[in-house]
Amino acid sequence: MSAATQETAIRTGRIARTFIYVVLLVFALFYLLPFFVMLVNSVKPLSEITEGNMMALPKELTFAPWASAWSTAQIGVEPTGLRPYFLNSLFMVVPAVLICTALGALNGYVLTKWRFRGDTLLFGLMLFSCFIPFQIVLIPMARMLGIMGLAGSTAGLVLVHVVYGIGFSTLYFRNYYSAFPTELVRAAMIDGAGFFQIFWRIMVPVSGPITVVCVIWLFTNIWNDFLFGASFASGSKAPMTVALNNLVQSSTGVKEYNVHFAGAILAALPTLLVYIVAGRYFVRGLMAGSVKG
Amino acid sequence: MAHQSAEVDFRTRLQNWIPKLVLSPSLAAVLVFVYGFILFTLYLSFTNSKMLPSYDWVGFENYRKLWGLSHWWTAITNLAIFATLYIVICTAIGLTLAILLDQKIRGEGMLRPIYLYPMALSFIVTGTAWKWFLDPGIGLENTMHLWGWESFEFGWIKDRNMAIYTIVIAAVWQTSGFVMAMFLAGLRGIDNEILKAAQIDGASNWNLYRRIVIPLLRPAFLSAFVILSHLAIKSYDLVIALTGGGPGRATELPATFMYSYTFSRNLMGVGASSAVIMLMTIAAIMTPYLYAELREKP
Amino acid sequence: MGFLDISNVTKSYGNTEVLHHVDISVEEGEFLVLVGPSGCGKSTLLNMIAGLESITSGDVSIKGRVVNGVHPSKRNIAMVFQSYALYPNMTVGQNMTFGLEMHGVPKPERDKALADVAALLQITPLLDRKPGQLSGGQRQRVAMGRALVRNPDVFLFDEPLSNLDAKLRVDMRTEIKKLHEKLKTTIVYVTHDQIEAMTLSTRIAVMYNGYVQQLGTPKEIYDTPTNLFVAGFMGSPSMNLLPVEVAMIDGAPHAVTTDADGAPLHLRLHQQNLSEWAGRKIILGIRPEAITDPEGADRASSCIIPMTNRVSVTEPAGSDTFATMTLAGQDSIARMRADASVGPGEMFEFAINMEKAVAFDPETERRIVP
Ligand SMILES: Nc1ncnc2c1ncn2[C@@H]1O[C@H](COP(=O)(O)OP(=O)(O)O)[C@@H](O)[C@H]1O
Ligand SMILES: [Mg+2]
Repeated sequence: MSAATQETAIRTGRIARTFIYVVLLVFALFYLLPFFVMLVNSVKPLSEITEGNMMALPKELTFAPWASAWSTAQIGVEPTGLRPYFLNSLFMVVPAVLICTALGALNGYVLTKWRFRGDTLLFGLMLFSCFIPFQIVLIPMARMLGIMGLAGSTAGLVLVHVVYGIGFSTLYFRNYYSAFPTELVRAAMIDGAGFFQIFWRIMVPVSGPITVVCVIWLFTNIWNDFLFGASFASGSKAPMTVALNNLVQSSTGVKEYNVHFAGAILAALPTLLVYIVAGRYFVRGLMAGSVKG
Repeated sequence: MAHQSAEVDFRTRLQNWIPKLVLSPSLAAVLVFVYGFILFTLYLSFTNSKMLPSYDWVGFENYRKLWGLSHWWTAITNLAIFATLYIVICTAIGLTLAILLDQKIRGEGMLRPIYLYPMALSFIVTGTAWKWFLDPGIGLENTMHLWGWESFEFGWIKDRNMAIYTIVIAAVWQTSGFVMAMFLAGLRGIDNEILKAAQIDGASNWNLYRRIVIPLLRPAFLSAFVILSHLAIKSYDLVIALTGGGPGRATELPATFMYSYTFSRNLMGVGASSAVIMLMTIAAIMTPYLYAELREKP
Repeated sequence: MGFLDISNVTKSYGNTEVLHHVDISVEEGEFLVLVGPSGCGKSTLLNMIAGLESITSGDVSIKGRVVNGVHPSKRNIAMVFQSYALYPNMTVGQNMTFGLEMHGVPKPERDKALADVAALLQITPLLDRKPGQLSGGQRQRVAMGRALVRNPDVFLFDEPLSNLDAKLRVDMRTEIKKLHEKLKTTIVYVTHDQIEAMTLSTRIAVMYNGYVQQLGTPKEIYDTPTNLFVAGFMGSPSMNLLPVEVAMIDGAPHAVTTDADGAPLHLRLHQQNLSEWAGRKIILGIRPEAITDPEGADRASSCIIPMTNRVSVTEPAGSDTFATMTLAGQDSIARMRADASVGPGEMFEFAINMEKAVAFDPETERRIVP
């Protein structure tokens, strides 16, 4: 779906090709530049940034900004660095992704292989929930978390992300399983396998690729979330994105740009790593969430 | 059906119920946390809730108030500017890059991930990067001065009239690669025999794209439009990280408006009504799209 | 009461009834083929026997037990699917014994059953492979093996050969037939291919539009089709169906029609009760092999009639030569011996075996029974 399926039959001349390469490279520069700036300036001493050129390579290489961003920078009122928030994000994202993927797989299985009257409507309701502006649920969600005793906790964030992630994980598995022959399920029924046996023995073993897609998508989305984190878990339970924003926006003291840049890279690292390791699946997930099935 | 009730064994009946039982927790969660909450917010938008929800019905008072606020008008004007430019520029860049990349480019495998990686980043990270990159004091302007272009000026991020365009720049930077991937997938799905037939008919490359390829990409255009417009309406993080809604209120969007009215200014009723308007806007775009998608694959 | 009884079974999806009052009784050891064009309800009926589709009304019983609503795994049936439906993640051996495992059969017994069936089907060397590593024919065998291992009361086949190429299809057809003769199991087999139906079955149910049009042995179905649909559907090339008028000549009923040049043609009808139809129209059905060159005519027949007609096209097919001519205003096909010397445009003397001709009422489309 994403990777090259066939090469175009269109042919281009030499001058046109040179032009094409120039345009493509200029755009590559455009996409790389901000990250290059972050990276370069995160290993410069502050004086070199304020007095020098943002694009220049560091004259003096230092990893102090990274160390500071990780463990000593002032976040809010505490000089804890980003480390505890990084862990908050991790404790939030792992259970949320696991639960959401498992539910998505089961839902997709039911919606394709155990169809019943009205199932498409139910799926439509779930799918629509992925696209709502989350502002519409902020107020009642804050109250609900309060009532459930989960306000300001990582568990509360897990719940929120699971609830609003189910639509997408169900979409992925539903589309994947709908291409999986129903005759296999029928054969297994005749063989005497029940609902869960068919799921475990027949469906799960072939679900590898879509599970990777789903996990990556959920991981990226939940890790990068800011709105829910800022609304439901400020303070010491805040996730990484919120802490980074606090670090960058803090109005007290000198602006330590190098520390901000190091912090931003730290916040981006997990998702970037996933992107580098499994970019193919990442793209597939993006597409499956937008283009037809 | 004379024998049915007697003959249906327990296991078969159970098997008929298990699927629905398995689906029900997810369904219940969605019904409560999505649709229930939407109704709750809708209800609040008709009450005089301030800091805490109240249940005093005030009819359309909040909506009247909302549409009378210059702050809200700023937010929706900004959204109109932002969404239009964001969608148009992303589509233009995405389509251009996709078409160019599709010309049997050496190093496509290198370029594609470079165009796409911003999509893996959080908007907060993107915002931070661009915030300093566009900062006249240390960013691009300063660099140009140091490189000898003394008259270069780029202070949009500090300029009330121009700041909204910096949001567009950062947002385009983040998403245009994704749009490129969507169009590229569309291009790769086009049957090459059609192109060959048109070439034999003597069509130039320009005409080939204008008359055949781009019309065939209609589904990709539609998807891009739906995805981008829904991202635009939901944009919140980027504004917070890049400008914080400033300078002044110059870059407020409905999403930031809702948040600040509800949680900072304690006018929950007005905040709720703005959220309802956001939802209705997105629903107007998404519902027909989802309906069509679900109906085609029964 | 047969071994497998389908009595008055109806199936509706919502408000549309797709199967209407089907009645079929299958004896033990019988090979019943359900044949009909795509969409006529064959698979639906088979799935209802299997328990994969609910029964709207009527009863299905196996060995005297009504199985409506009984779970598929408890009907003691096995099914071979068109796509083979092999579990892609399991080896051939695991595929074949999955059903036994689910039924709680202990491992030693499973292994024994597997070894026996694998030997029978000559797939022992394949047992450790995954389905993805097998050819179409091998997959087909494994799918049959999976059904055999269970030793069920009834085998159900849903178009098992339609995914194979032509040559393999013929080989597998023979093999299924041998297997049935050896094991004497009861089989219900769905196909849209009338040749498969004719060669495999002990009895055929021809289906169309959700109705069983005719149920009978292959010979009955072929020689005495009950209506125009069955006559046209069974046999290839299909039966020539000629609109003719009946007239009495010399006290015997004749079919009056025209040849290719529009000249009148009188064909003596073998069926005596057609005298009642004198002055009315009937549809006369003549199979291509009943119109031959005189040397190729059936010597045993008591009613061979000569007919001279102009040939429009000849198609040598190796073993036979087919000649197309206009008869009763329609393109009709004659089946000649391969070396019959006939060319397009020529006048040729054919021999028609009127003993094999059948007559249909054009109004009801049903056969006029002698
Ligand atoms: N799930 C279903 N819902 C509605 N109609 C169906 C369904 N399954 C089959 N049908 C209809 O029932 C008829 C018989 O289908 P089927 O048994 O598959 O035909 P066959 O196997 O003879 O080709 C068809 O007209 C088909 O459209
Ligand atoms: Mg069928």
